[in-house]
Amino acid sequence: MYRRHSLFGSLWRHAVLLLFVVFALFPILWVISASFNPANTLVGQRLIPGNPSLANYREVFTSEQYPIALWIKNSIVIGLITSTLVVIMTSFAAYAFSRFRFRGRRTGLFASLLIQVFPQMLAAVSIYLLVLSIGRIFPALGINTHAGLIMVYLGGAMGVNAWLMKGYFDTIPNSLEESAMIDGASPFQAFYLIILPLARPILAVVFLLQFIGTYSELILASVLISSTEKYTLAVGLQLFIHDQYASRWGVFAAASVLGALPIVILFLFLQKHLVAGLTSGAVKG
Amino acid sequence: MAKLIKGVFLGVLNVVFIWTALFLLGHQAYWVLLLLVLGAALVNFIFISEKGYPYRYLLPASFFMILLVVYPIVYTVYVSVTNYGTGNILSKEQAVTQLQERRILDAEAGNYTYTAYRDGAGELWFLFTSPQGELLLGHAGRLEPVQEGDERFSQLAQFTELTRADLVRATNELSALSFAFDETWQLQMRNINYFGVYRPQYEYIRERDELIDLESGTVYRPVLGYFEAPDGTRLTPGFREVIGLNNFRRLFTNPQVTGPFVRVFIWTVQWALLSVGCTFAVGLLLAILLHDPYLRLRKFYRSVLILPYAVPAFISALIWRGLFHTELGIINQVLRATIGSGVPWLQDPVWAKVALVILNLWLGFPYMMLVCLGALQSIDHEMYEAAVVYGACSWQQFYHITLPLMMVSVAPLLIASFSFNFNNFSVIYLLTRGRPPMVGAQTPAGHTDILISYTYRLAFESGRGVDYGLASAVTLVIFLITGAITFINFRFTGALEEVRKNV
Repeated sequence: MYRRHSLFGSLWRHAVLLLFVVFALFPILWVISASFNPANTLVGQRLIPGNPSLANYREVFTSEQYPIALWIKNSIVIGLITSTLVVIMTSFAAYAFSRFRFRGRRTGLFASLLIQVFPQMLAAVSIYLLVLSIGRIFPALGINTHAGLIMVYLGGAMGVNAWLMKGYFDTIPNSLEESAMIDGASPFQAFYLIILPLARPILAVVFLLQFIGTYSELILASVLISSTEKYTLAVGLQLFIHDQYASRWGVFAAASVLGALPIVILFLFLQKHLVAGLTSGAVKG
Repeated sequence: MAKLIKGVFLGVLNVVFIWTALFLLGHQAYWVLLLLVLGAALVNFIFISEKGYPYRYLLPASFFMILLVVYPIVYTVYVSVTNYGTGNILSKEQAVTQLQERRILDAEAGNYTYTAYRDGAGELWFLFTSPQGELLLGHAGRLEPVQEGDERFSQLAQFTELTRADLVRATNELSALSFAFDETWQLQMRNINYFGVYRPQYEYIRERDELIDLESGTVYRPVLGYFEAPDGTRLTPGFREVIGLNNFRRLFTNPQVTGPFVRVFIWTVQWALLSVGCTFAVGLLLAILLHDPYLRLRKFYRSVLILPYAVPAFISALIWRGLFHTELGIINQVLRATIGSGVPWLQDPVWAKVALVILNLWLGFPYMMLVCLGALQSIDHEMYEAAVVYGACSWQQFYHITLPLMMVSVAPLLIASFSFNFNNFSVIYLLTRGRPPMVGAQTPAGHTDILISYTYRLAFESGRGVDYGLASAVTLVIFLITGAITFINFRFTGALEEVRKNV
């Protein structure tokens, strides 16, 4: 299909690619530049700021009215806890689906497949009312608590992830656990000591996808969290910048750079694994 | 050891169960209590019996899925057949109580003049004179007849009498007071000079489920969440009630609701198609260029072009909103410098849609590029060699070999991407918030609203009050559509077959 290029052939190819490189990079570079521009406004910004300063970054960490650094921390903590619990829960479920034969197994598999049809955020009204009543019994899990939000995320995470993991567990041969059980291991020990270490790649993929998804989630977080110091970055940042581009652009840019950094770094380092997971059906938020 | 952990774990669970059960018992939520008891019994069975062993692994995941996905879906279905929303928030019981507390002035009973006193502790005392000249002592919401010369009467002399100026100053305090003589009537302030007799306006007859206006004798009966008179007059507040398929009927037959809904629906489909179409076209083009072994700088291009995908979408959307800013945004600055005028990106319905598609292209083309690159790599090279032998040109090779073979693995992802964008709330909400608004719509709707952002506004953001019932009805429509798309996709990927043969 491909042949050596003529001069013209090589020129237009690079021209097209460069066009898209500019398209892809410009917004990113523009924001990085704005974050170092002390003017804190859209007006008169240049790609290379005249007298770069760290004032905007300082504002991110010190502003008391808009504790942006705290929001980033909230997002990271909620993301880490959610992803850890999701990996634990789904690996249990996926192990059962992969290794045990029991009544209701097919129904369960089918249900976990079907549940993906219903994006959880669509039921935001019901979830809000549900969390409200849960909060009356267990105040720690109620409205405007991180624990309550994490609990809601745990429910929504099962479908795709259980399915992804089960597929991977199925490829690990049974004989390994059988020999372990002959040596006296319980099924739980076989799961814990043999399957989990072998399944590390898929555990990492599920963890990362869940982390990125949770980090970017907007609807449920904005419905359930109402006080400024508990916002996640997704909720806080849009309220911060809402229609204030003329007067908050620089601080917003610094917050964007800091907020995007954890995800960009994760993504670039673990691209290969992530892409494998993404192309098997998961969609990044 | 394992037994001990199991025991402690089960113990903790049961403590939680009992705690919840006591709470539910206290609030007389017997149906939920019944479910809880059944659930607790099931959990204990699973952990005690050996037969329950596999289910132990499924328990945590299923618990959260049932509580936070399945139950909300069921509840959404329920709300969609109710009138839950502003004006119908209360339960019927609460609405009846509120209406019964409503009082109306009995003009025939005449005016009660009064003198007000304050005692040493600052509390108010009243001496009322009825139109017939009877004296009544009012304090702390109670009324008692008194005679001149009574011990209680002479006590008043020791208190400070309020002057007219004092009365004017204390109007708010006074007008909030009421003095009950018996259950049916009470004295309330009419104006600074008089108190009047107020009687309950309505009486609720429980056996017949009717509310009677005691003055006019009109009978109000509950109709679709309101007490309604025979002539159609409704009493507010209304109450929450099952109203059958009325929300769906409104959605499909009421012109003021149907109009915006249909336009939102059409744009939602266009939006999803445009998003998938544009990202796929660009992704495919770039993948084909980058797959070329003769191209230089392939690695550089690939790693730069992937960057937009690594930035969280909510941040990108907000950044682009700054770039699209009509007065100050860099895009309009460049346009003004080159072609002389900017574009009303977020004010004009068409340009707002263009802006959304550009943003989603930026967000989504790297994913399509990665997917297509992966698919291209998996195509056997010998195919092309054979095609060359038969004299196929590169276009024919692409059309007859590359595209069909790629589609096998890419098509399901395109469908998944369609249903993802169909519900892509963040991009719409963060870039345009659904604006510009449609003029003359009864429900809050904007030109760039897609179904899910429209639902969100119905439920949480409407200035004219929220409408959970209608929002849930729209949600069910979205469920149906996404469900159908996903089902088609399962057929493609063979996921259903996988479940079937996995006996």
